[in-house]
Amino acid sequence: MKKSNFYSKKVMENFRNPKNYGEIKNPDGVGKVGNIYCGDVMWLYLKVGKKQGGQDYIKDAKFQTYGCLAAVASSNVLAQSIKNKTIDQALKTDRQKIVRELDGLPPLKIHCSVLAADALYEAIYDYLLKNKKKIPDNLLKKHLAIEKEKKEIEKRYKGWTEMEKKSLKNEKNKF
Amino acid sequence: MKAYFDYAATTPIDPRVLRAMTPFLKKEFGNASSIHQLGQNARIAIDQAREKIAQFLNCQIQEIIFTGSATEANNLAIFGSTKRIIKDQPINPHIITTEIEHHSVLHPIEKLRTDGVKATFISPQKNGIVDPKDFKKALTKNTVLVSVIYANNEIGAIQPLKEIAGIINGFKQSQKSKFPVFHTDAVQAINYLDCDVKKLGVDLLTLSGHKICGPKGIGALFVKKDAPIEALIFGGGHEFGLRSGTENVPGIVGLGEAIEMIKGHKKDLNKIIDFRDRIIESLLKVRGAEISGGIENRLPNNINISFAGVEGESLLMALDQEGIFVSTGSACSSKDLKPSHVLQALGLSPNRAHGSLRITLGRYTTKKEVDYLLKKLPVIVEKIRAISPFKI
Repeated sequence: MKKSNFYSKKVMENFRNPKNYGEIKNPDGVGKVGNIYCGDVMWLYLKVGKKQGGQDYIKDAKFQTYGCLAAVASSNVLAQSIKNKTIDQALKTDRQKIVRELDGLPPLKIHCSVLAADALYEAIYDYLLKNKKKIPDNLLKKHLAIEKEKKEIEKRYKGWTEMEKKSLKNEKNKF
Repeated sequence: MKAYFDYAATTPIDPRVLRAMTPFLKKEFGNASSIHQLGQNARIAIDQAREKIAQFLNCQIQEIIFTGSATEANNLAIFGSTKRIIKDQPINPHIITTEIEHHSVLHPIEKLRTDGVKATFISPQKNGIVDPKDFKKALTKNTVLVSVIYANNEIGAIQPLKEIAGIINGFKQSQKSKFPVFHTDAVQAINYLDCDVKKLGVDLLTLSGHKICGPKGIGALFVKKDAPIEALIFGGGHEFGLRSGTENVPGIVGLGEAIEMIKGHKKDLNKIIDFRDRIIESLLKVRGAEISGGIENRLPNNINISFAGVEGESLLMALDQEGIFVSTGSACSSKDLKPSHVLQALGLSPNRAHGSLRITLGRYTTKKEVDYLLKKLPVIVEKIRAISPFKI
């Protein structure tokens, strides 16, 4: 491992060898956060199982991230840390916890941990909604705030996001 | 292995430059303003360096003003000429520049805007080059300054300075006016392009030491005789009264030496062009690769490439882990989390702007380094793409 003064060893490890990336087919919950304009997009997939006592728990978690090193590292530790946790336990994960698990992030990159936490909230929200389960007030509040921000950003960069869709479509046609 | 591909950020100092500088960091430490022998040795060294630069730019020695950096030279050009012109003639000043200037030009102009100065920002075409006709349209009798980067630092696009100068001179003659003053930031161009100020038709030209295998902390501004400009820094009246402060003798000597060496390195040019073409050809075979900016009229040492669905800073950091040093216009690497203004001005999609990788070559680039880059980069691109939600 090469030294990096900017990032902790933990961050670098999680970037170099992320174990939890990829897509889960037929996921039970998906959280899609971030915006291509800001250069960070994070998708989190959840597979939910039932424990012997009947409690829901996160059987598997995988992420797909377009973003910087800190975004990839944040996604990876998030996916790792929620595995085998009950939904209630997983919901206790917040950005501070992600930063702690990474042994710190530079101030400029804290927003990456915020994004990872948001991806988790959105994925769990998606799972609870789809399965007609009760959504805790706290989570609903977070979901509404994330939705609002998403809409604002999309409005602000309307031209750019449309250009993006076209550009990616063109790429697909090429290959 | 280490492979340096960030020559547009800075360059290593040439051993000959260092040798020329060393005496002035040691025994010859005199202040050029002192009239004793030690001082006069420093004075002679400064004069010789000034002579070398004047020769390179095809101008007079009194037209070279040494500064602490190219940023300072750009600030002197912009604030100094604007202030001077409006002092002589009370008008509501207007400045024309481009959307693809370096921050050391854009931010001084932004500062002037907060003080009430009007500014027009010319957009480049898709190839990164501005259309001189746009300048004709933008010129007004209140235009005090036109500032255009000679070759862009991110995409290497070479701007048509001669044509713009022709338009400005025609305008000046028709208006019988001493302004607008025409300034160019030639920092990236010095190594590769003809910088004869008479041929270019510029009044002010900025250059830097550390982009041309010279030292950091030294820049210079060419100021055409009689061009309206005034000092921003006052003191002992150094540099013909335009920039006070004890001369950075080793820096000046190093800059002079570095400039003089450029003509001896023309053979490197072919090597650099060969490397560049090989890198472009090879990397364009990677899925989703696209070059930003045009290929024509581009600095021979600049490659700016993106790979669909792959974010630039991740790519940069993964390359860094392999000892390969490049640069990116991705937002993640900027303080304001916005992607490069230059790439946005080209009309690139967010995915392209955030995914940009700048690879810049130089005098010391070796075949071994290029081979290493071409071996590692495609593998790393696919590794990062595997993590990305955007599949192509």
